[in-house]
Amino acid sequence: MTQFLQQLINGLSLGSIYALIALGYTMVYGIIKLINFAHGDIYMLGAYVGFIVTAQLGLGLIPALLIAMATCAVIGVLIERIAYKPLRNATRIAALITAIGVSYFIEASTQRIMGTGIKTYPSILQNQTFMIGDVRISMQQIFIFAVTILLMLILQYVVQKTKIGRSMRAVSVDPDAARLMGINVDATISYTFAIGSALAGAAGVLVGLYYNSISPLMGVVPGVKAFIAAVFGGIGIIPGAMFGGFFIGIVETLVSGYGSSLYKDAVVYLILIIILIVKPTGLLGKNEKEKV
Amino acid sequence: MKRSVWNRWNACWLGLIIVCYGLLSILISTGIMNNIYVTVLMGIGINIILAVSLNLIIGITGQFSLGHAGFMCIGAYASGVMMKQFSSSITGVLLGMLIGMLISAVVALLVAGPTLRLKGDYLAIATLGFGEIIRIVVLNLDITNGAAGLILQKVVNWPIIYLFVVLSLVIVVNFGISAKGRACLAIREDEVAAEAMGINTTKYKIEAFVIGAIIASVAGSLYAGSFYVIKPDMFTFTKSIDILVIVVFGGMGSVTGSVIAATAIGFINIFLQQFAEIRMIAYGLALVCIMIFRPGGLLSTKEFTFTGLWKWMKKRRVKA
Repeated sequence: MTQFLQQLINGLSLGSIYALIALGYTMVYGIIKLINFAHGDIYMLGAYVGFIVTAQLGLGLIPALLIAMATCAVIGVLIERIAYKPLRNATRIAALITAIGVSYFIEASTQRIMGTGIKTYPSILQNQTFMIGDVRISMQQIFIFAVTILLMLILQYVVQKTKIGRSMRAVSVDPDAARLMGINVDATISYTFAIGSALAGAAGVLVGLYYNSISPLMGVVPGVKAFIAAVFGGIGIIPGAMFGGFFIGIVETLVSGYGSSLYKDAVVYLILIIILIVKPTGLLGKNEKEKV
Repeated sequence: MKRSVWNRWNACWLGLIIVCYGLLSILISTGIMNNIYVTVLMGIGINIILAVSLNLIIGITGQFSLGHAGFMCIGAYASGVMMKQFSSSITGVLLGMLIGMLISAVVALLVAGPTLRLKGDYLAIATLGFGEIIRIVVLNLDITNGAAGLILQKVVNWPIIYLFVVLSLVIVVNFGISAKGRACLAIREDEVAAEAMGINTTKYKIEAFVIGAIIASVAGSLYAGSFYVIKPDMFTFTKSIDILVIVVFGGMGSVTGSVIAATAIGFINIFLQQFAEIRMIAYGLALVCIMIFRPGGLLSTKEFTFTGLWKWMKKRRVKA
């Protein structure tokens, strides 16, 4: 039981990171129906910005988090404006291939600028652990969890209560109708990319803090897994992405804790395939009829 | 009108195949193309097979698959294991190839059944997942020697690869112009309309997917017999994207384009070998630019045919 609780705690911290990335996927997919393959790489860029701010500029954790989020938001909007906007009316496959191209470009550029090797994150938080019964919780885990919950609350507020959020929801339901109602669709899409990328940037800093090492290709696998999390919860649905992220994180830690860590990725892919076969719209999704 | 196989266009094709073979063997036997170039050539041949088989799925049928490296992995390991366990010769490779084709067909059927009901992006992610599962299984088996991979002898020479390139081209091109191929094209253009016209979309999608997977597995077997080492991390999702890049450059739906793109990229890679990172940056940029400025790729869906060449020449003569 203790071990199970321990794995659960570890899974929750990993799941927080997946959930933060999944939110960006889900928001972008909800609004322009594009799997933003470069999203995992924006998360990687967030980790690198955090690394530069803390290790080379010597600033603290909160500034690192804020600067990383701001930088990623700008990069996200730039990618959208340069690469995705010209393809708004192209086929889905064309958009997907563009996204893969952007992802390649970001990875290779980072390798070129920062080197291909692994960088070690400075340990900014004290290595303190708390014991609740026999379960240990580290300072990092508490911090990750707190930041994730805070960001999710802010996101919920933005999406549900503000004008930007309302226009985002309107565009995701029907872009043309939204445009007729006087909503600036292009600006709304840019805001969506900015918010999603900022969340991924925050996830990048948090993961650097948690695992202490970052590399230019670190975004690929978590990116795919976060996407799986988004699909699991129902893509386009914000609470679904949060739920899916935590679920995938916990499953992954449980598999590596009790079974073999070699199979943890395979299990996640298997979950994806099962959910796609059984309920392609995701756990919280509604079935939609195809319109001709 | 039923035409015989032995018409003059097919004779032209046969002639082209023999001329290309003759040209290559002269270049190689006279030493103008040294061993390095022969190796590059073999790599290009394998890439042509892979690109053409992926083109069948993406270009002709319009189903986006990101798990192609998984099927290549099956073929490579089937041949690799046979070479280790049975005989380290061309017989081992060919025997492994047959087994690989069989396994690939079964796996592709298992994958295709449920996933091809999905559309576009979902299919891409599901196939990506399957490709990775294949790789992880190979990584954890004993007979495949885990992450260290297999070290093999080189038993395949370039005429064998040439033969298989020709075979796979013939199969894919003829599939494309058969009734089944036309059905697949209809699915690519508009799935709902195709279904309304009475085409069994699921059946044709599965057929194209399985044929593509089998050909990819053949390419994997040839790879195992030609390049000394196979390791699970050669067959990641990145490999699938490398194949995709060739198909996109050449033009989705154009077999000719895939052949040209595979050859061109093969030679460009020799010159860019020192600048591996720049090459990746260039690939990324090129993918984005092609999609924005020339979404059809090099040749769009056009094909080179002798009939087309004949008509074009006649038109020029009339003009002159």
